[in-house]
Amino acid sequence: MELKLNVNGRNIKADVPTEMLLVELLRERLGLTGTHIGCDTSQCGACVVHVDGVSVKSCTMLAVAAEGTRVVSIEGLSGPGGGNALHPMQVAFHENHGLQCGFCTPGMIMSAIDFAGRHTAPTEAEVRHWLEGNMCRCTGYQNIVASILAGTAAIHAETSTSSMEAA
Amino acid sequence: MGNVTGIGASILRKEDLRFITGRGNYVADIKLPGMTFAVFVRSPHAHAKLLGIDATAALAMEGVVAVLTGADMKADNVGGIPCGWGITGKDGLPMKEPPHPAMAYEKVRHVGDPVALVIAETVDLARLAADSVVVDYESLPAVVGVLEALRPGAPAVFEDIPDNLCCDWEIGDRAATDKAFAGAAHVAKISLVNNRLVGNPMEPRAAIAQYERATDRTTLWSTSQFPHVVKLLMGNFVLGIPQHKLRVVAPDVGGGFGVKQFHYAEEAVVTWAARRLGVPVKWVSERSEGFVSDAQGRDHVSEAELALDETGKFLGLRVRTLANMGGYLSTFGPNIPTNLYGPLLAGVYTTPAIYCEVKVVFTNTVPVDAYRGAGRPEATFLLERLVDVAASDMGMDRVAIRRHNMIQTSAYPYQTPVMMEYDSGDPSGCLDRALALGDWDGFAARRAESAKRGKYRGIGLATYVEACGLAPSRIAGRLGARGGLYESATVRVHATGDVTVLIGTHCHGQGHETTFAQIVSDKLGIPADKIEVVFGDTDKVQFGMGTYGSRSLSVGGSALAKSVDKVILKGRKIAAHLLEAGEPDIVFEDGKFSVAGTDRSLRFDEICLAAYIPHNYPLEVLEPGLEEQSFYDPINFTFPGGAHVAEVEIDPDTGTVDLLSYVAVDDIGTVINPMIVAGQLHGGITQGAGQALCESAVYDDASGQLLSGSFMDYAMPRADIMPNMKILTHSTRCTHNDLGVKGCGEVGTIGSPATVINAVVDALSPLGITHVDMPAAPNRIWRLIQAAGLPKAAE
Ligand code: FES
Ligand code: FES
Repeated sequence: MELKLNVNGRNIKADVPTEMLLVELLRERLGLTGTHIGCDTSQCGACVVHVDGVSVKSCTMLAVAAEGTRVVSIEGLSGPGGGNALHPMQVAFHENHGLQCGFCTPGMIMSAIDFAGRHTAPTEAEVRHWLEGNMCRCTGYQNIVASILAGTAAIHAETSTSSMEAA
Repeated sequence: MGNVTGIGASILRKEDLRFITGRGNYVADIKLPGMTFAVFVRSPHAHAKLLGIDATAALAMEGVVAVLTGADMKADNVGGIPCGWGITGKDGLPMKEPPHPAMAYEKVRHVGDPVALVIAETVDLARLAADSVVVDYESLPAVVGVLEALRPGAPAVFEDIPDNLCCDWEIGDRAATDKAFAGAAHVAKISLVNNRLVGNPMEPRAAIAQYERATDRTTLWSTSQFPHVVKLLMGNFVLGIPQHKLRVVAPDVGGGFGVKQFHYAEEAVVTWAARRLGVPVKWVSERSEGFVSDAQGRDHVSEAELALDETGKFLGLRVRTLANMGGYLSTFGPNIPTNLYGPLLAGVYTTPAIYCEVKVVFTNTVPVDAYRGAGRPEATFLLERLVDVAASDMGMDRVAIRRHNMIQTSAYPYQTPVMMEYDSGDPSGCLDRALALGDWDGFAARRAESAKRGKYRGIGLATYVEACGLAPSRIAGRLGARGGLYESATVRVHATGDVTVLIGTHCHGQGHETTFAQIVSDKLGIPADKIEVVFGDTDKVQFGMGTYGSRSLSVGGSALAKSVDKVILKGRKIAAHLLEAGEPDIVFEDGKFSVAGTDRSLRFDEICLAAYIPHNYPLEVLEPGLEEQSFYDPINFTFPGGAHVAEVEIDPDTGTVDLLSYVAVDDIGTVINPMIVAGQLHGGITQGAGQALCESAVYDDASGQLLSGSFMDYAMPRADIMPNMKILTHSTRCTHNDLGVKGCGEVGTIGSPATVINAVVDALSPLGITHVDMPAAPNRIWRLIQAAGLPKAAE
């Protein structure tokens, strides 16, 4: 089936089998291997990407269902300045030692950014609850929670600065 | 001048950038030209005769390259998967060591045993074709649990081992222990199960093999914690590939925890297939496949008794353990419930007589091997549960009984009755600080507050000692290791003064690219970002035993420190020549070689330049260049230790256990990077809490099917089961390595199951409950509460 979508800002046209999963499209066709596969039952969250701004487990979505959407994977993130600048959530994971082996990290970061968009001043408990769909075997979650709290604060600090600038 | 990237600095990790931007390079990410895809056909039976395999339909599919079986491997004279340890039983006889074919033929011995490999142009096609392979089985009765496997007349996993007994092993002085029991005022007893676990690193295992005809070289990319050992075992014992023609690469690996430290059959099968077919072959495990093919952990059934005098002093400890090995011997399998278990039973106590016997048993389950902690969490769980039982029996305080029996700090080095000589430690210091940090004394008020809300609150504590830094080769060899356990490191100093470290350990999350750079930075006085750490490729790194048993820092780091010292030594010689001074007068400090007592000095990078552009250089006595290599074999194990305190609250209506707080005070020797240490502790404690509260690999007793075979049924710890842990280090230096380091990778997992369950039992103790098996899941706890609460039936 012919499929058109935008991935990380690029318009993509692809001919894909109907049973192809979004994660397979990203990894196998587009070479975007930052999105990982950690399970076969949609539990681990290593595959989380954004589809039209919402976090989605890309192992649970058919590629053809992404027709016409804007998909952002970990490779498509960048900071406010664009280019090679890191997204504040990426910075927060680095600064808070929110990763060890790095395998869960792309999914965690994508999921965390969606969370940050929904919460301005979250509690630790809210972060832990949100992470129900993201597993990490290395960190015991503690520094991931710290990273998400810090990253969320940074994102909102930034938006408030830029809206002040705009005003 | 302090070195801001040296030892003790919490610098951020050098390796993070590629991971947070999705640029990691895991095996599953690798694509080779002309690559084919492999899917294993695995046994759905726990125990069956393999009568025949019909792959006609698969082979007829367009795009299917081959279907290969165990019989093909046998015809190609492929050897079995070797076991790395040969332990010796009570009778002085070697353990039973049945063959472990890389793909089964004649018989399958557990659900998931591979029987065929289907190779096709796409992975979807390979899956489809694998489904069409018809395997003819004659199913046989299966045996799952150790008790059942030892019963006379039980099905035999191997025909020539009718009693399923791999080895009947012992340690300690039986007669002395019997005598201690004879004189005891009280004997405390416990029977317990240490539940089987699935390690589940988040990255599933994977292997890609390629054979290059032009050079006759074979390359295997594998999700391995020890690529050099895979190269040695697979090349030498399984496939007969000469070592200089084989390269094994373990690139970024997404967590290991022991699960990836074995030479797995899939590595050999994929490599053999790629050589046979002349095309690259890629296999990536699915998660459910990993559940039945990754080696599993723990699985003990034990009985133990502690003899005490009237004051509560431990006189003797007697332990009988049955350890499940599964259907084959995995690389370290028999070593785990024996050498890494029995010698740890002294804990941090002065118990003078200990005797432990372990029956190592075959069953029709996935092979059992090391999983984070490996043997030592089992020993700690048994001992620390038993100490709590003894305290409760004798009406003693749990802290007081531990203090009464604890090895005094002044008594180190301390020889235990079970082989180990602890070099250093301060168990009472750890205990004091853990009790303070966990506000042990304020618990009564918190319990009362919970009670008001109708909840049971409990507090628990455990001490532990770990033997790690595996290992002194001489001792390991005596215990049955078939390899050496040293480590090697090369320090390559470039002409510009930048440094590349080539080290034989691996890293799969531990942050070695940062910590090893810190060691070099500290010694050479150069910033850590001028140092690159390379590992995981047998073509780049000389040799190494890999990363497991908390050995990377204490053994690998020591090899590295040795190499850096050699670099400094050579630098001094060069400096002496350039500064026209005697070598003894040259001092190296803060990255500068100076003539003592003068202002004449040269920077490290100036020396490096001179070494590579030797225009003015002592060529008569010294070779140009600046690169040094060391192999380091420790003289003893290292002995981290500590005390942990946890608090739980139980809802009697639902049986839910809420872990409210967790405090760990650990003696891990010199700390290189406190931030990374805390991360290791967080992860380790959570894995142990996972065992205590939710994880369990459950097999159906009759069919041998793994019932918890996916993330749907196997309860992995999630973010919301853990509180914010408090981590402190309270270190004494290791006395036999220069860095003074002990290791921290496993301590969390060793201390936490006992700590959490001691808290759970404490919470339920008002109901008269004295032990709870793991996991303390709501179902189990609710039933225990119901049973305790019901009036006893009239006689
Ligand atoms: S791969 Fe595990 S949830 Fe998508
Ligand atoms: S960092 Fe390894 S799984 Fe999360």
